[in-house]
Amino acid sequence: MTYPEPRGAMLAEEGRLPAERVALVDLLDRLLAGGVVVSGDLVLSIADIDLVRISIHALITSIRDDE
Amino acid sequence: MTADAGTYLYVVARDSGAPSPEGLAGVAGTPLRAIARSGLVAYVSTVPLAEFGEEPLQRSMEDLDWLDATARAHHRVVEAVAVAVPAVPVRLVTVYSGDEQVSGLLEDRHDDFCQALDRITGRQEWGVKVYADPAERVEPDAAQEGGGGASGPGAAYLRKRQAGLRSREEAWRRASARAERVHDRLASVAVAGRRHRAQDPQLSGRKEWMILNGAYLVDEERHAEFVRTVDELRGEGGELELTGPWAPYSFAALDEGGEP
Repeated sequence: MTYPEPRGAMLAEEGRLPAERVALVDLLDRLLAGGVVVSGDLVLSIADIDLVRISIHALITSIRDDE
Repeated sequence: MTADAGTYLYVVARDSGAPSPEGLAGVAGTPLRAIARSGLVAYVSTVPLAEFGEEPLQRSMEDLDWLDATARAHHRVVEAVAVAVPAVPVRLVTVYSGDEQVSGLLEDRHDDFCQALDRITGRQEWGVKVYADPAERVEPDAAQEGGGGASGPGAAYLRKRQAGLRSREEAWRRASARAERVHDRLASVAVAGRRHRAQDPQLSGRKEWMILNGAYLVDEERHAEFVRTVDELRGEGGELELTGPWAPYSFAALDEGGEP
């Protein structure tokens, strides 16, 4: 899963980080609290950010405990 | 569309000169497609509901590897489009029952999408996080500490503890006031500013207080001024972290979309 060449070059020129290097937590701030929320014939949409965040916290704690 | 597949929506742009999704993969490696209607184009892929249905998703969202891969795949599509043309990102995991529903959305909300696109055209989102060191606390008042009242180790301990709490509160108050100032100053150079919730130290991996997790929509012509302002604020103390440019995630809202 890589960018097609020209696009990668364009990203580099703009100083954008490739998707692999963006901090996940910064990304989740935007993907879970930002972006257009649309309603209608949805099968599903992530609306309840709190629930999601709590899950992630629990998960991270469990990851730490395993180590 | 069969009931075991859904249409995952990533991003919406104007149907003009947008890059072809050729060769790009979306979430779960599904091939990207474009749905055009009413002068708009939606980037989508067909996803299996065995993975993106409500029930499996509740489990998947607990799986950090799955979330990581899905978020990055979503972001990759948004970036590929947004780097070329103004584009409105859609929230993570927005799955329609079929392509017709997405076409319907483009038609029904055409004016709202156009407004949202106008709002972000020629602008980029920047993130600024500010950290404060909780250890850098205000020294407790010496006079108060040596003051009279009950003596003995218990009372001294309590006094010390109270002073510690007070100084921590004071440090927090100062940090909050500074966050407010930094946010106002950055927002004054931006078209719009928004504060995200502070990141949990477990997720950010930093022990310091995150006192500001801001997002700013900045005109491209004012980008240099914005960066200069960040540098100036950095000079006033506290640690500032600049991220971006981002696709305008934090400012993508349809007018009655229920966004703050």
